[in-house]
Formats: sequence, structure tokens, C-alpha cells
Amino acid sequence: MINKIVPSLEQAVADIADGSTILIGGFGGAGMPSALIGALIAQGARGLTVVNNNAGNGDTGLAALIAAKQVRKVICSFPRQADSHHFDKAYRAGELELELVPQGTLAERIRAAGAGIGAFFTPTAYGTQLAEGKETRRIEDRDYVLEHPIHADYALIKADRGDRWGNLTYRMTARNFGPIMASAAKCTIAQVRETVELGEIDPELVVTPGIYVKRVVGTGATT
Amino acid sequence: MKKMDRNQIAARVARDIPEGAYVNLGIGLPTLVANHIPKGREVLLHSENGVLGVGPKPAAGTEDEDLINAGKEPVTLLAGGSFFHHADSFGMIRGRHLDFCVLGAFQVAVNGDLANWHTGAPDAIPAVGGAMDLAVGAKNVFVMMEHLTKSGESKLVERCSYPITGAGCVNRVYTDLAVIDIKADGLHVVDMTEGLEFEELQRLTGVPLIRREAIRA
Repeated sequence: MINKIVPSLEQAVADIADGSTILIGGFGGAGMPSALIGALIAQGARGLTVVNNNAGNGDTGLAALIAAKQVRKVICSFPRQADSHHFDKAYRAGELELELVPQGTLAERIRAAGAGIGAFFTPTAYGTQLAEGKETRRIEDRDYVLEHPIHADYALIKADRGDRWGNLTYRMTARNFGPIMASAAKCTIAQVRETVELGEIDPELVVTPGIYVKRVVGTGATT
Repeated sequence: MKKMDRNQIAARVARDIPEGAYVNLGIGLPTLVANHIPKGREVLLHSENGVLGVGPKPAAGTEDEDLINAGKEPVTLLAGGSFFHHADSFGMIRGRHLDFCVLGAFQVAVNGDLANWHTGAPDAIPAVGGAMDLAVGAKNVFVMMEHLTKSGESKLVERCSYPITGAGCVNRVYTDLAVIDIKADGLHVVDMTEGLEFEELQRLTGVPLIRREAIRA
């Protein structure tokens, strides 16, 4: 019997090694897998490369992981915010490397990794600082920049409901990067508000099919 | 001459957004445009984080942390709205499905270059978000900004001194002084704020403007 449901957050993240690349879902707080991040902080893996839209807000979730000095590099589109003080401090102290990527390019690089695409040409950022040093090409009447996929060892995401085969649904804008991150990592771990029996999720409404998901852990809460 | 305030500029932008349009409003000043779309005109607002059909701010106490806009503010969803993941959301943007985006700016150049993501200051932490995708993706890129910097310099420039967000992407600029179209042959003044003469606008702007039969705002 396939059973991807793991009994605890600790077990869900136990094998994450130092130096791993981890996709972390969420846009601001919506979809942020705070319970899994909390378990990762307790687990203590260091030297991590983290991919998220932001670089942490306030003192919880990704911000707490940065504050715990477990992150070596952040790949994101929008690090600087009113409440990104943990990132700002670590970045200014030179403790953290930043790779800044336009948001759509970030999403497409993750999607490409999950979909087996070797690289792709995008018009975004052509002629800007963020395309410096990158291969470009004119296709018909438009200029494009070559971008490469972001593969990862783990994805930590937050979903709404999940079953033992790993099928997931999301809640409103908490979906954001979840489905594409689930497809792009060798091991995707989903924290879900509720674990349900097989068949309880209407197959028409499955957003992330279980093939992309290795572990599901119920949190019983929306955080 | 009476400068337009933020809400007057937003109302002026809203006038140009027709029924049925799919629109992305950038963070900050452009979000005000939503408040000025006339009741009964169906306009679908897109937000980068995977929403079409963004509705007004929720009543106090009814906010849902899972329902936010790209500015991470709580929003509501209109009946008929939808959610989708981030790659789809930016596919919509990049794939030219949005009719309009409205962005803020530090500078706009006469060739339509937009600078709105980075001051280039060495100690600044850069952040780009979805600005570069919107700049190349929307069918019409509108910019909403003050005409002059705090020190009185024109934000419409011959060439952007700040790092650009997109090359030649801006179609129209709405400022507290005027509405200006950016075309291949130059900057066309569409209309000016009450009491402002073309010569004065030209003097303040610095770069050459093309006069047009003015329609007063």
C-alpha cells in the first residue's frame, strides 16, 4: 500500500542534508509552509540554497530560517520589504548570497525544471541589468534572454487537503508556487491542513497530482 | 495651475480602462485606480500571485490570510473570479493576455524605456518582483507617476539614468500635470491639468513634447 502520509513534521524533514537546494512555497505569508520550516529549523540543516518569491517577512517562516543562519543563498524576486529585516541584516553582513530573478522568470524556471525543459527564451529582462552576461536571441521581431531551470533537492509547500497518494488541493492565493515547486524537486514535502481518504478529493479538483509528492504531513491548522 | 492629486490621477487612468479589460495594477499608487472604475463597468483585475477577478478590500474582521494581492494586502474575490498557480499567472502576463498594466516609475525615457525597480544606489538591496514581466507582457503599459521629482527634475527624460525595467515598453504616462503618449515620433500631449499651458509643461518637462489639440482633464 502506498502511504505518503508521514506522522510528524520531524520525520518529514529528517533527511534534509546540509547544502541542499530547497524550494519553499508561499507568496508572503500565503502558502508559506511555516510548520515544515519550523521543523527544518529544529533539524538544523545548514548551508541551504532557498528559492522563494521573497526573502522572509517578519520573524516567522523563511525569515526565522534566515535568522537561524541556515541559509547560504537566496534565489528570489523580491527580497526587500518593510519587514524583511532578517534578510537585510544577513545580506548586508555578507553572510548571504542573493540571486535576483524576475518573478515570472523565477516561476518559469521552476516550471521548466519540473517539465523537463532544458532552457527557454523569455522576453522578460531583455536589455536590463538582470540579463547581463546571458545569451540572447532575436526570434522574429522580438528579443529574448536564455534562462535555465531551477532543479531542487526538496520542495516544502503548504496545501489545503492531501491524501495518502499525495494528491493535493490548495486554498485561494495560497496556491501560488506550490504546484510548480512540487514538480521541480526530487523530494516534495507538503504540509496540509487536512489529510483525507483516497477518493475524498474530487479528481476533477486535484491541483497537484500525487506523482509529484513524496511526503504529506497534516498540521490540523491553517498555519 | 492645479496639480492633480493621487486620486485625480487614478481617476484619469480609470477613464481609459474600458469594459471587459483585463488589467494588472502595480503595487502602490496604481492600486488606487481600482477605486475609480465606475460601478457597473466590468473590468477584471489580475494579481501576479494567481488571481483574476480581484475585488475590493474586505470589511474589517473578514480578512483571510490566504486571499491577498501582489502587495500582500487582503483582498476579496468577485463572483466569477479564479485562482491559478504562479507559472500560469506569468504566462498570462508574458503571453500578452492582459490588456493593460499600470505601473509606478522613477523615470520614463522618450523611447519608452521604463525605470522603476532599482535606484542603482550601491547600498540598495534590489527587488524586482513582477515588474519586468509586466513591462514586456501587457498589451498596453501605462505609467502613473508624479511629473517631477521632489527636487523639481522631470521624470520624463531623454535617457533613463536608473537601471531600466524594460526597453521601449511604455505606451502612456499619467502624471499630476498631464497625460502623454509615447510614440515612435515622440511624446504627444493628450491632455493637461486645469490652468496649465503647453509652454509651461514643456518648460518643466525638458524633453521635447508634441502639442495636440488639448482636451482638458
